[in-house]
Amino acid sequence: MPEIKVTPLGAGQDVGRSCILVSIGGKNIMLDCGMHMGYNDDRRFPDFSYITQNGRLTDFLDCVIISHFHLDHCGALPYMSEMVGYDGPIYMTHPTKAICPILLEDFRKITVDKKGETNFFTSQMIKDCMKKVIPLNLHQTVQVDDELEIKAYYAGHVLGAAMVHIKVGSESVVYTGDYNLTPDRHLGAAWIDKCRPDILISESTYATTIRDSKRCRERDFLKKVHESVERGGKVLIPVFALGRAQELCILLETFWERMNLKAPIYFSTGLTEKANHYYKLFITWTNQKIRKTFVQRNMFEFKHIKAFDRSYADNPGPMVVFATPGMLHAGQSLQIFKKWAGNEKNMVIMPGYCVQGTIGHKILNGQRKLEMEGRATLDVKLQVEYMSFSAHADAKGIMQLVRMAEPRSMLLVHGEAAKMEFLKGKIEQEFSIDCYMPANGETATVTTNPSVPVDISLNLLKREMALGGPLPDPKKPRAMHGTLIMKENSMKLVSSEQALKELGLNEHQLRFTCRVQLQDPHSDSDTLHRIYSHLKSVLKDYTIQHLPDGTVMVESIVIKVSSSAEDANTKVLLLSWSYQDEDLGSYLSSLLKKGLPT
Amino acid sequence: MAAHLKKRVYEEFTRVVQIPHEEAPAKKLRLSKPSKSAALHIDLCKAANSTDALQYLLQFARKPVEAESVEGVIRILLEHYYKTDNSVRLKIASLLGLLSKTKGFNPDCVVDDVINTLGNEKSHQVLAQLLDTLLVIGTQLPEGAAVRRRLVEVACKLLSDTYFGVRNKCLQLLGCLGMVDAPLGKDGEGPSSSIGGVRDVPNIISNYFTDQEPRVRTAALKAMLQLHERGMKIHQIIYEQACRLLSDDYEQVRSAAVQMVWVLSQLYPESIVPIPSSNEEIRLVDDAFGKISHMISDGSWMVRVQAAKTLGSMLQVSPHFLEQTLDKKLMSDLRRKRTAHERAKELFASGEFSSGRKWADDAPKERLDSNTVNLIASGACGAFVHGLEDEMFEVRIAAVEALCQLARSSPSFAEKCLDFLVDMFNDEIEEVRLQSIHVLREISTHITLREDQLDTVLAVLEDSSRDIREALHELLCYTNVSTKECIQLALLDLLKNLNKYPTDRNSVWKCLKFLGSRHPTLVLPLVPELLSTHPYFDTPEPDMDDPAYIAVLVLVFNAAKSCPTMPALFSDHTFRHYAYLRDSLSHLVPPLRLLGRKQVYSLDSLDSGCGSGSVESAKLFLQQSLNRVSTIQNLETPGAPDLLNFTIRDLQRLGELQTELAGAADFCATYLRCQLLLMKALQDKLWNMAVPLCLKQNVTATAAAQQILEETYKLEFLYSGLESRQVATVHHVRLQAKALQLVLTARSRPGMDLLISSCEKFLQEIECFQRMFLTQLPHLQDSFVDKLLELMPRLSSCKPVELVKILQTTLRQSGLLQLRLPEQIHRATATIIEPTGESDNPLRFTSGLVVALDIDATLEHVQDPQDKVKVQVLYPDGQSHVIHPKPADFRKPGPDRHRLITQVYLSHTAWTEPSQVEVRLLLAYSSSPSSPSTTGRAGWSDSIDSLPPAEAAVEGTIPFSKPVKVYIMPKPARR
Repeated sequence: MPEIKVTPLGAGQDVGRSCILVSIGGKNIMLDCGMHMGYNDDRRFPDFSYITQNGRLTDFLDCVIISHFHLDHCGALPYMSEMVGYDGPIYMTHPTKAICPILLEDFRKITVDKKGETNFFTSQMIKDCMKKVIPLNLHQTVQVDDELEIKAYYAGHVLGAAMVHIKVGSESVVYTGDYNLTPDRHLGAAWIDKCRPDILISESTYATTIRDSKRCRERDFLKKVHESVERGGKVLIPVFALGRAQELCILLETFWERMNLKAPIYFSTGLTEKANHYYKLFITWTNQKIRKTFVQRNMFEFKHIKAFDRSYADNPGPMVVFATPGMLHAGQSLQIFKKWAGNEKNMVIMPGYCVQGTIGHKILNGQRKLEMEGRATLDVKLQVEYMSFSAHADAKGIMQLVRMAEPRSMLLVHGEAAKMEFLKGKIEQEFSIDCYMPANGETATVTTNPSVPVDISLNLLKREMALGGPLPDPKKPRAMHGTLIMKENSMKLVSSEQALKELGLNEHQLRFTCRVQLQDPHSDSDTLHRIYSHLKSVLKDYTIQHLPDGTVMVESIVIKVSSSAEDANTKVLLLSWSYQDEDLGSYLSSLLKKGLPT
Repeated sequence: MAAHLKKRVYEEFTRVVQIPHEEAPAKKLRLSKPSKSAALHIDLCKAANSTDALQYLLQFARKPVEAESVEGVIRILLEHYYKTDNSVRLKIASLLGLLSKTKGFNPDCVVDDVINTLGNEKSHQVLAQLLDTLLVIGTQLPEGAAVRRRLVEVACKLLSDTYFGVRNKCLQLLGCLGMVDAPLGKDGEGPSSSIGGVRDVPNIISNYFTDQEPRVRTAALKAMLQLHERGMKIHQIIYEQACRLLSDDYEQVRSAAVQMVWVLSQLYPESIVPIPSSNEEIRLVDDAFGKISHMISDGSWMVRVQAAKTLGSMLQVSPHFLEQTLDKKLMSDLRRKRTAHERAKELFASGEFSSGRKWADDAPKERLDSNTVNLIASGACGAFVHGLEDEMFEVRIAAVEALCQLARSSPSFAEKCLDFLVDMFNDEIEEVRLQSIHVLREISTHITLREDQLDTVLAVLEDSSRDIREALHELLCYTNVSTKECIQLALLDLLKNLNKYPTDRNSVWKCLKFLGSRHPTLVLPLVPELLSTHPYFDTPEPDMDDPAYIAVLVLVFNAAKSCPTMPALFSDHTFRHYAYLRDSLSHLVPPLRLLGRKQVYSLDSLDSGCGSGSVESAKLFLQQSLNRVSTIQNLETPGAPDLLNFTIRDLQRLGELQTELAGAADFCATYLRCQLLLMKALQDKLWNMAVPLCLKQNVTATAAAQQILEETYKLEFLYSGLESRQVATVHHVRLQAKALQLVLTARSRPGMDLLISSCEKFLQEIECFQRMFLTQLPHLQDSFVDKLLELMPRLSSCKPVELVKILQTTLRQSGLLQLRLPEQIHRATATIIEPTGESDNPLRFTSGLVVALDIDATLEHVQDPQDKVKVQVLYPDGQSHVIHPKPADFRKPGPDRHRLITQVYLSHTAWTEPSQVEVRLLLAYSSSPSSPSTTGRAGWSDSIDSLPPAEAAVEGTIPFSKPVKVYIMPKPARR
């Protein structure tokens, strides 16, 4: 039985370092090639030696597919392609291809320039790596080679995020990457057609969560910002540069527009400007509203949001500032935070999760006195708000996707083991399909039962149709005669004559003959006639002919009579039939053996 | 020539065989239009190949064919049909269908031919096209049951075709023509029904629900729906099949299946269906509701829209299921979490209102048993939650509308969906926001807003879109709130709104008026604070011109109307301000009974506090006045003019006092004024004088006649709610005025030709009147018309001079026609809100260029303002421009109300100093005889005796708003 094997090198019962190997129909594919945010040592990147100890990866992998530009999905790509060595095709969508190098470069800068690490990939490597990338369009079927084809579907999550449908012959796998089924202010909802893959590899970050409606969260967020600005306070929103930041920008921008507000909004960091540029370009990847209105005005051309300058932080009056990084652990957001923390009119809104140990985490937990370097303490008087904007599908969303795609089995990655366990149980119960959740390095094997396509010749089909009724009844199987030719890698069903012709063989007739001895006192011709009338009375539905040359034909079966040499009363019947008429022939012989009725 | 002859032969042949009794017209027609089909025939014969033939046919199809020559053409086409290849045959087949649609042509005769061609056709495409033609023919023959039966037979036979198009068309044909009355012709009528007598059309169609081709499945579902539309009973058996199709792979199938399931749920709401995999049973409508709700999370947005729309009309669903649609159990890390809505509610219930949320404020509490969590929403669960969050705004709008429909029929559901609707106020697309505000207004009778909800609603007041703000004001007018804090909140936010958008003044005031009158008891404790009175100290008197202060006063005074203890809290200047506002903004400030105060208006005390009773008495008064007037038998009765004068005055005053009756009172007054004018014009003794001596008299009488005519047009077109009888009365007055004009013409200008023509015209008008108001004639006994009609034979034969004489006497003898009031009469009114006409700053612009003037006006009781309302601009030099506003400039904020927000462009040559232009609104009318009140029969009879319509559609306009003056100054262009 053919099998599909899935081995996560990362993201197996874990979040981060997504990297999944799939072997399907003799092809090996790597899905995502990410890094782990939590480690600074070798565990940061997937263990590529699992694939091959020595020798280039190119010989073992047919292609690499990157689902979206987050570093935990593409961070290890230059390392793999340039330092480990891979020259095969890398596929990603256009926006991902555009934005991914910006993030990689940023990541490289931080690790090499700030932390001073050596033996890391260089800018040139990132460029070389990107040269190997082949861009994908949505719903475009790309032939990687003769057998392997991939197709991208919209996944929401971030700009350019895609789910991929990988198909070899009639076996197929869908990998979702990260996806989101609730549309937000700048992206639409993930969508896939009923492609019925053998395995659906889905993320399961929020396997045990059902989220509240997005609108409440948005409204709360806007209300808080609005109230604070009206009071004359300053609002700090620490964000990571890409993804959620754009959503919040759009949210605030439209709100400012709607409510006719005048307070300035600033966005710090240059990285975002570059990224925003791409957001403006890839309008087709955004949601309905932006797509419909971009002719009048591109929503990413912010009217109210301006670039931030360090000196603005001391300006009087209300303002809103987006600053990186998102967890207040360093950089500009921390500087601004220090400046503003003392005033209770100000506010900081944390739009995402904060890792333990960061200032973000501390203030969210209600700490009002912070110890800074140099024994200084900082009194936190400003208001601290938490607002969760996440772009992953929740449990309901995952189920909805399963219902959309109707897979034959399911495989969960990118989530915590305990949570996966719950979802696995649910999926098995609701859809009664198998569900796997391999850990890193563990292989899940799914046997498939692919249907084998066979070409059938048109003539044969037409002949069959002429034989039995105008339309084939889809509810009933029907037997047909033909010859199956297996040639090279294809199979053909043709009529036997054509098969003979094609193979250059002569046709051989196979005939069965049999003698039946009969006691009959009449003359030969009389006997023959008696046989004729006997058969005629027994076999009503068949054509029976009495031919002038002294034979009786039942369909194509020939019956002859001759008297035996010894005894004139003993007649010998000669029956002859071809193998196609075996049923009828043997029936006739047994019938005639019983003798004729007197 | 041969071709020509051939064609003649054909025509002759068909005439004789098919419709022999039409011999004579056929001949005539053949002579007059011989070329049409002949030319076609020649063309087709000439055509060397199929491309040429196709070209000819295409050209031919562009021109219409007369009903008489259709048959000939069809014969020619059919003859060529057999000689050509597929593409031409296809075109011919489609032409046949097109031709059969020709008005006045009976396609009965071609059915046989088309069916015959079907038998020999090999190409599937052509077959499908032929079936389409048959469908057209079949629908053209609503009576031909036999033909239909034959067609159905044909369709059934071809259903087993291998090409999907043919099957599609067959199903369509069955759907459109399948017999509604199932038991017909039991024992074979003719050879055609030999196959199986009566065919069970629904059954045949339902067999194709499982066809392998999705398009055929769709067609089958559609055909079934078509049958249903035509009134055929659909059996419940197919419910199960339809439900299975809901999970089809193809969206159009699913979409049609949703409709099918919906239709069945409406047909058999109460029947019981089992739930698979358990032995419970539920009502069919509940089951269907659950299934359709499920489709709201379908992959295709078309299906989602369809599903959301249909949900709204499933009103029989049980409340339990209905409420599930808003249900969404939240959990976080396997622990139950409350939704933000629930939290808000709890916060409110606990009396604490703070939204300062802490980290992990929404931390999940209880631990859930993983077995009980149901991730796949079974049935209706959370359908609307999904629908309202959908990606496509079409789905969201459909969901909002569905919510509205369901909420209107179920108060408890309305209560529940409130939170969700309020959330929609924040949608990114304005259309959705607007729609949800409108919806909330519609269901607002069922609900009371909590403080936190009101807070969210009010936040939208700052929206920069005027439509949104005004919709919200409208909503607040109808909203019930629960606490005095709510009132305060609303007031504060409205004042903020007023501050930010001063143009919203009127709308905000109106909103506060309703808010005050709805919640007097909640306003009461706020009064001292609102008016900033202090028990010991005198506070400074607020500025009377401050719109915000006026807004507060409007709120307080309206609350005080039904709260007699409130005026005691007012300070002195408040009373003064009341008097001022009562006078200047009487539509916003109600009359108050102020005990112990000097009554500002005696009238106020008269009609304050007696609410509906006063309306009743006013009605009575109106009726009495009319009765009194009706005692005037003849126009020459002494004292009649005085009586009329007084009555008119009374009625006008009544209209001012009682806004409910303003329309009726005005209508009566205007009518009586017409009568009075007529009376005066006739009564003068001067009528007997010699012509040259009474020139002056003639002038006043002519003016009177003209004025009466104008007034009658006003009466007819300015008031809505008129019945045929009133229209007849108005027309009657108009006829009198015209008679008067005729008499006057006869006296002044004795030009014979002119007189004869105007006499003729008048006679036609009488006839026209008779035709239009045939049903009303009994009510017009002893009237002017009645008498004229009696004399009609004589009138039409006599000389003009004689006619004039008769008219004169009849006019003078005719009595006053009593006016019967209909239930509701409303006068169309328009108020220009902007420009206000108060500005002293002229609008400066360079002459020759244009300046845009914003116009904002409210229209009341105007039907189809898009066609009727125009803007007129009158320049000081007498030039006037009429501007038609765009249809999109009209909005409809409420029943019988419209709002016109538009821009008009002004331009003029240079002036030396600024001057004023007048802007006003006009109501255009056209008095064509087939106006709605005349039941359209007039138009029909017109065409028979080919009379030109007597009242040759008088087009005109009535100014119906007060003119507003705008100061403008076109400057000479600088060079």
